[in-house]
Amino acid sequence: MNHRAIHGTILGAALLAGFVGVWKLQEKVDTERTTLQMENDELALRSPAVMKRLSLEYAPLMGAIYWTRAVQYFGGKHQAHEQNLDQLWPILDIATTLDPNLIVAYHFGATFLSDAPPRGAGEPDQAVMLLERGIKANPEHWRFYQDLGNVYYFDKKDYLKASQAFEAGGRLPGTPAFMKIMAAKIAAEGESLETSFALWMDLYQTATNKDVRKNAEDHLRLVKMEMELRALNQIADAYERKTKQRATRISDLAQAGLLSGQPLDPEGSPYVLGHLGRAEPNPKSPLREEWMKEKKR
Amino acid sequence: MRNVQTVAANTFREAVRDRVLYNLVFFALLMMGAAILVGQISIGIERDVIVSLGLTAISVIGIFIAIFLGVALVSREMDKRTLYALLAKPVKRWEFLLGKFFGLVMTLTVNTAAMAAGLYIALWSVNHALLKSDTYVLVAVYLILLKLALIVALALLFSCFTTPFLAILFTAGMYVAGLLAGDLRTVHGVELDPGTLRLMRGISYLLPNFENFNVMGAVVHGRGVSAAIAWQATLYAILYIAIVLMGAAVVFSRRNLK
Amino acid sequence: MTQGAIEIENLSKEYPYGFLNLKKKMSLEGLTMRVEDGEVFGFLGPNGAGKSTTIKLLMRLIFPSAGTARILGKSIDDVSMHGSIGYLPEQPYFYDYLTAHEMLDYFARFHGLTANDRSARVAVMLKKVGLDTAKKIQLRKYSKGMLQRVGLAQAILHDPQVVVLDEPMSGLDPLGRREVRDIILELKREGRTVLFSTHVLSDAEMLCDRVGVIVGGKLRGMGAPGELLDMKAQGMEILFELSGVPGNLPLLTKATRTGERYRAQLPETELYEALDALKAASARILLVTQIKPTLEEYFMHLVEADRAQASAVEVSGK
Ligand SMILES: Nc1ncnc2c1ncn2[C@@H]1O[C@H](COP(=O)(O)OP(=O)(O)OP(=O)(O)O)[C@@H](O)[C@H]1O
Ligand SMILES: [Mg+2]
Repeated sequence: MNHRAIHGTILGAALLAGFVGVWKLQEKVDTERTTLQMENDELALRSPAVMKRLSLEYAPLMGAIYWTRAVQYFGGKHQAHEQNLDQLWPILDIATTLDPNLIVAYHFGATFLSDAPPRGAGEPDQAVMLLERGIKANPEHWRFYQDLGNVYYFDKKDYLKASQAFEAGGRLPGTPAFMKIMAAKIAAEGESLETSFALWMDLYQTATNKDVRKNAEDHLRLVKMEMELRALNQIADAYERKTKQRATRISDLAQAGLLSGQPLDPEGSPYVLGHLGRAEPNPKSPLREEWMKEKKR
Repeated sequence: MRNVQTVAANTFREAVRDRVLYNLVFFALLMMGAAILVGQISIGIERDVIVSLGLTAISVIGIFIAIFLGVALVSREMDKRTLYALLAKPVKRWEFLLGKFFGLVMTLTVNTAAMAAGLYIALWSVNHALLKSDTYVLVAVYLILLKLALIVALALLFSCFTTPFLAILFTAGMYVAGLLAGDLRTVHGVELDPGTLRLMRGISYLLPNFENFNVMGAVVHGRGVSAAIAWQATLYAILYIAIVLMGAAVVFSRRNLK
Repeated sequence: MTQGAIEIENLSKEYPYGFLNLKKKMSLEGLTMRVEDGEVFGFLGPNGAGKSTTIKLLMRLIFPSAGTARILGKSIDDVSMHGSIGYLPEQPYFYDYLTAHEMLDYFARFHGLTANDRSARVAVMLKKVGLDTAKKIQLRKYSKGMLQRVGLAQAILHDPQVVVLDEPMSGLDPLGRREVRDIILELKREGRTVLFSTHVLSDAEMLCDRVGVIVGGKLRGMGAPGELLDMKAQGMEILFELSGVPGNLPLLTKATRTGERYRAQLPETELYEALDALKAASARILLVTQIKPTLEEYFMHLVEADRAQASAVEVSGK
């Protein structure tokens, strides 16, 4: 009996050592394999139609698998701070071809195909293509019109088409009044900060996908900042009218009694007056870089 | 060791007499068809298509043989009771198990080598030359063989304590799980609590990481494979097979035959 | 005390069964016995008695729930001892893709014989079991009896000191049975120990120094075959021919008739009286034999005793 216990202990130890070895080795293998450069086989098969044939009656399942791959792909690129999202369209293309009713995939695609880098792929045309397919396959899903309107409004800056999209969506049964209001507003004003804020807010409140919601939140923060900067500039203009000279610091405005205290941006950094006395985010603010990029567009 | 050798040789003979190697005919026809077809339709990627099709066929055919024959190795002997007379000879049970393992690995080696030769013939027939990058195809084939050996070991382990049907299911399941194990370490876009994440990481290391043996993506496009990848995969296979066979031997040596 | 060839001590085997294997069934209960060196020992018992269970336990094919056994003084856990024992499984089955010659050669390799020794031994064995002409045929084409013969050949291939045969005669034609009997006797002459199981009494009687009778997993009797079975001799049987009109022979009332032949059973004490009467009637006596209980009857007797005991236990338990 004792003999057997010794055997058992030796065996257990050997197995344990073996698994520890396997573990350590795997860590080495993982680093080594990054040199293989196999990123191009994210998609072995690029033809959605062939994929669909090959999936037989399991196409929806395969669609779901491709959809998770899309999320993984996006998350992986995001984490690695890589901006090249050129595989996003083919993966979503396959996912929605395999399963045309994969609502979340269209929705996700509308946001991240169209949004400018680094947030998205910066391909609004692909987003429009995807959404038009989604609308065809799911005509009763009014939110696709909202997404389409957003793409035209934010990324293609085509306010007529944007207004038409909201209008068309608004005609569907069960649509909130919001859609019609947006259609009218965009038709009348084109782009305005208030409209942008309302659009992002709605997306933020209704998004079911966490990446989409996070994206809307980031945009909201930027739009909110733009609105605050606009208000500060108006105050600075009033100051100029009053003192006949341009303020150079925010504190000048406060001293003149036009402002109580130091206003902070959504990230908590104090605003500053920059070139020509125009309000802008603090050079140290995390939002500044994105703000500059937006400016350039 | 002599006993292991004897059992292995007989296992190989069994596979040959059971016409296992006939699958090569199927492979040959496939490669021939592909070579002819590819020459006519695709421009510029003939080589890629031949390599990817060939490697896929080598892998898939090998996996089928490894799983089904691997499970049958021991369970059939128990079922038909051919094992009774053998175990009454001065043979230890682990020697028998090891012999069975090496016998099937030998069979798979011969089979895979023949298929690899066929693949090279097809490559030559479309390119009318062999490129330097074509040597990496051999590395890919070698890694496939390592993978097959690991699958055989798993099949052997499962067949030692369950019915052949379940053993086939478990082995196939283990293979798929092992292929996806790497993804378990790098989940993105899913919110999970740290405890679950740690557990998933742990599991992903303990599962047989079959992705370690996959260099198809690189080889198909004519890119190289570092020596480190090859020897690390070799070490990994040896270590994992040793663990699995040890477990199988423990289970089998205490098993009551029916 | 000298060392027996096979020493079994309190060997038990229980098999789990039923839902989730929760219940246990005893297939062998506390078997203790020894087979002496150079002895031919017969293991008798009805179907399901536990003969094969015992033999498989000895061969380490299954593992005991309790008890130990030694063969040639070594624990059965010691596989190296298998070099000097031979085993014929019940209803043997071998790799059917091999020929008899290949199969024997394969097994011979485990005994470390050189290639020359192997081919010589294999040839001798094939001749011995009468398969000389069929040695190039794959075993999948063998009949049941032929398989039994190959099985026997592989069991004695390596000149084992102890030979264990599980129903060596089953499936054989009369000639085959005789050949197997001859082989067993030859083994005995060579001083080897043979343990074999059988249902057939006459085989046991003819060959065994001693027999053990096992019923329901328990050893129910052991001794020389005569001792065990003679105690129940049931009289004599006479077979005779009577041509013409039968006279007033009292024996005829007890006899059954087939054509001119009569078969009569009577107590041993009345035998000579009856023979005299037959002589007087000028009958032709063909055969006089002792009526022995068939093994079935002997078993029935033991089984009946078993049942009585079991029901007694049951009653007292309530
Ligand atoms: N694998 C098993 N699982 C459960 N019970 C078993 C198993 N093998 C044998 N038994 C039981 O053990 C008992 C003894 O079986 P064993 O094969 O030893 O009988 P036997 O004496 O050889 O009979 P036979 O003359 O029919 O060969 C039987 O009741 C049988 O049902
Ligand atoms: Mg039996």
